[in-house]
Amino acid sequence: MRIAVMATCLGDAVAPQAVRATVELLERLGHDVVFPPGQTCCGQMHVNTGYLREALPVVRHSTEVFGPVADGEWDAVVAPSGSCTGCVRHQHAMVARRGGDETLAVRAEAVAARTYELSELLVDVLGVTDVGAYYPHRVTYHPTCHSLRMLRVGEKPLQLLRAVRGLELVELPDAEVCCGFGGTFAIKNADTSTAMLADKMTAVLSTGAEVCTAGDSSCLMHIGGGLGRLRTGVRTVHLAEILASTEATQTPSARSLATGVAAEPSRAERGDPLESADPRQEAPL
Amino acid sequence: MSAGGGAREEVLARLRAGRDAGAPRVAPGPVPRDYARRGEHEPGSAGALALLVERVEDYRATVTRVAGEGDVAGAVARLLVHAASVAVPPGLDRAWLEGTSAAVVVDGEPQALTAAALDHVDAVLTGAAVAVAETGTFVLDAAAPDQGRRMLTLVPDHHVCVIRARDVVGTVPEALARLDPAHPLTFVSGPSATSDIELDRVEGVHGPRRLDVVLVG
Amino acid sequence: MSTTDLPLPTVRPAHAPPGVGNLRGTRSFPAEARESLQDTQLRRNLGKATGVIRAKRAAVVDEVPDWEELRLAGSAIKTDVMARLPELLEQLEASVTARGGVVHWARDAAEANVIVLDLVRATGADEVVKVKSMATQETGLNEALEAGGVAAWETDLAELIVQLGEDRPSHILVPAIHRNRSEIREIFLREMPGVDPDLTDEPRRLAMAARAHLRRKFLSAQVAVSGANFAVADSGTLSVVESEGNGRMCLTLPRTLITLMGVEKVVPTWADLEVFLQLLPRSSTGERMNPYTSTWTGVTPGDGPQEFHLVLLDNGRSGVLADVDGRAALNCIRCSACLNVCPVYERAGGHAYGSVYPGPIGAVLSPLLTGITGEDDPNASLPYASSLCGACFDACPVRIDIPNLLVQQRAASVESHHRPTGQDVAMRAARVAMTSPGRFRAAEKGLGLGRALGGRSGRITALPWPASRWTSSRDVPVPPAETARDWFARTRPGRER
Repeated sequence: MRIAVMATCLGDAVAPQAVRATVELLERLGHDVVFPPGQTCCGQMHVNTGYLREALPVVRHSTEVFGPVADGEWDAVVAPSGSCTGCVRHQHAMVARRGGDETLAVRAEAVAARTYELSELLVDVLGVTDVGAYYPHRVTYHPTCHSLRMLRVGEKPLQLLRAVRGLELVELPDAEVCCGFGGTFAIKNADTSTAMLADKMTAVLSTGAEVCTAGDSSCLMHIGGGLGRLRTGVRTVHLAEILASTEATQTPSARSLATGVAAEPSRAERGDPLESADPRQEAPL
Repeated sequence: MSAGGGAREEVLARLRAGRDAGAPRVAPGPVPRDYARRGEHEPGSAGALALLVERVEDYRATVTRVAGEGDVAGAVARLLVHAASVAVPPGLDRAWLEGTSAAVVVDGEPQALTAAALDHVDAVLTGAAVAVAETGTFVLDAAAPDQGRRMLTLVPDHHVCVIRARDVVGTVPEALARLDPAHPLTFVSGPSATSDIELDRVEGVHGPRRLDVVLVG
Repeated sequence: MSTTDLPLPTVRPAHAPPGVGNLRGTRSFPAEARESLQDTQLRRNLGKATGVIRAKRAAVVDEVPDWEELRLAGSAIKTDVMARLPELLEQLEASVTARGGVVHWARDAAEANVIVLDLVRATGADEVVKVKSMATQETGLNEALEAGGVAAWETDLAELIVQLGEDRPSHILVPAIHRNRSEIREIFLREMPGVDPDLTDEPRRLAMAARAHLRRKFLSAQVAVSGANFAVADSGTLSVVESEGNGRMCLTLPRTLITLMGVEKVVPTWADLEVFLQLLPRSSTGERMNPYTSTWTGVTPGDGPQEFHLVLLDNGRSGVLADVDGRAALNCIRCSACLNVCPVYERAGGHAYGSVYPGPIGAVLSPLLTGITGEDDPNASLPYASSLCGACFDACPVRIDIPNLLVQQRAASVESHHRPTGQDVAMRAARVAMTSPGRFRAAEKGLGLGRALGGRSGRITALPWPASRWTSSRDVPVPPAETARDWFARTRPGRER
């Protein structure tokens, strides 16, 4: 299959390891992966913050960049993100219609019909649950809200994880409760967001897992940012990275900065002479 | 009659304007009614009765099953053994009271009972119009002679309700189809209760704190 | 009675006017939440209560095989109601009138309060007993009655707790959900005349105390005020769904009954109740059926109130109806399921919303009813009081797409701005970057500066405002040395497209 990867703005700029893993995984499965160079962002931040007019040109741009999938040039578009896929599928046409652009709405719907979140693409489109991955770690899975309730990916990520060799999957208590990220919610309602994060971290820590995984780098950045701040020693790793990992590649290794947010032990393991947790010493400006 | 004509016309005009301005882009189709109208069990069937018993008891009401009309009096007498007085609607089958030692107060004989008078009556005995097995509910029809005015079943602290097997249906839709909305109706599901303290259900607030059902047939 | 149907040419759908009633708080949601989140007792009480009700609801919803079909029917009936609202209300008026009731129309909260006060005064009574009603909370009826010399006695246990504690309601179904049993005991001991001084905090004992407190009131009250859960247009039947029996007391014993209801509560036919009487109890208290549902049609000689008044309230509903997306909020049957599953509500509590309608549905219904007046309007902040997690939609018995309504009301909030806010400027800049790959790459390069902040630790722990709102509790990953697009171009040259 010829598959275009939608890196997402966050995935491109802040969490490229999930995008790299998506590309490598799909190539390992024998597919031809392209990276449309004009891509920027799906516009979700604008939509979900209420900037529907500002979102319109962003949606138009995204629909243009990924339009070839509607014309059959590619077989599918894949995003390593439930929420960005959800935005394409459930919000792009709405934004276009609200802006009075019915032509764009129809085109956006055609693109959306072939745009998939990673676990959907693997299980529903490619029909594979065992991707041949190896990941010898104790892992718990957080179903992100938009993959769970917008896309209804259901058990698909868990099916994929259960087939990973070496992986010990532990159930996350209250898994379906939001982690508190919510895009600009995390900034606009930082106190409530933090209260939700605290409960999610408590649940993650109760599992004894060394890795918390999910299908969205955004939620992982939030959960991982909290776990890192508290020096819990638990990492967040995108589902794509686990699925891309094999005996040969060993990616991501236990020492890699999975989402860029490492837990405390990895510093010590790196032999970092800075043992202090004082943030002022960590920002030598 | 209607009062406040100016407001009436303005509210209706606003709503007409709003209804038109906010009309959906795609006109909605007919209401889909693919839910179950009938229950798993036929009305009056053994399955329906068994489910009703289970669901009523779930509310911490009691159910006494009797084989026939002739056995009602005995069951009622046992349930009212501690009641000094019992109120009944005027059309109640008096045979149901034959074993009871409680003083019988009949609404409307000679005059309608007041709430204050009912506050001194220990119990009330009525029939029911229909019962819903799935939800453990029975419905009192104030126009039915054996169910009576609404205050009768409200003020006394103990309600004994006799339900006939033929009046037990499976579902809420089946029950509503048997009822006349012109009559005052009271749907009763267990004794008075509240969930207002920490959302835990506690039985017994303002309505009858004790509810006993006699199921005939 | 006037029968003219000519629309007045100048009449427009209207928002609820400010100044009367309880649809708007005084501070923004984040400001309120910052305080309530620190109330450890509130957090504990809410966490426990919502946890209990979530489990109960899940159990009784899961046992209904046709739950989705009921939801679809409920949603469709309500959608149909909104499309025919004026006609259904006229039909309801005719049905109620034919059965001896009197129908009144109120443009807004102030008018509704005056109508009710005048009706009470006409009976000569100086007090009323009340059934819990969101509509009367919305209009601030109790305060209006007090000002007019009429005492209003709340009879629902939770409303009584709120009234005695001089508190504000914080939940649609259980207004005192923020109080636990020991707090309720304290309120009763302090405020309830003649209460047993040995009262314990056992819920049964507390319920008994409320029974004793209100018994004489019920037996002597001349006037009752209620809301309505449903009003059936074709039969003129009103319905109140309740648990304790206080509703039955109010609907049955007084001579005069005054019911105040929002116009959206009408349903077309008696048979439509077969849907809602299944959806509502399981969604609200998590029971197969609530203990008592009363239905009545006008006046029944010799049984119940001999004088019945129905007050139909607009107070912003016509304005909501005019909103293509927003009108779905009028489908709400006030079950509270969305509150109970909302992680934001569970932590911040109902008071943080300012309005009597809290939680996800309140976060859209309140601004829809009042309109949003500008960036400083407290209701402008309500649509943002959600992480858009979508749990509310799944729980809603009439399938209101609350996440979509939240987004639409965020748009209304943005469009209300009188002057550009910092957020407006940032979003415009982001749009400019995101519509051009060249500008987007330039912006990504700017992020590279963040690498310096992270140093060797791989994380950033402190950033200046407004990003400090993130770093106050969360580290930020250091931007990577290479973006995904650069990696792809480097490792797979020529295969980008």
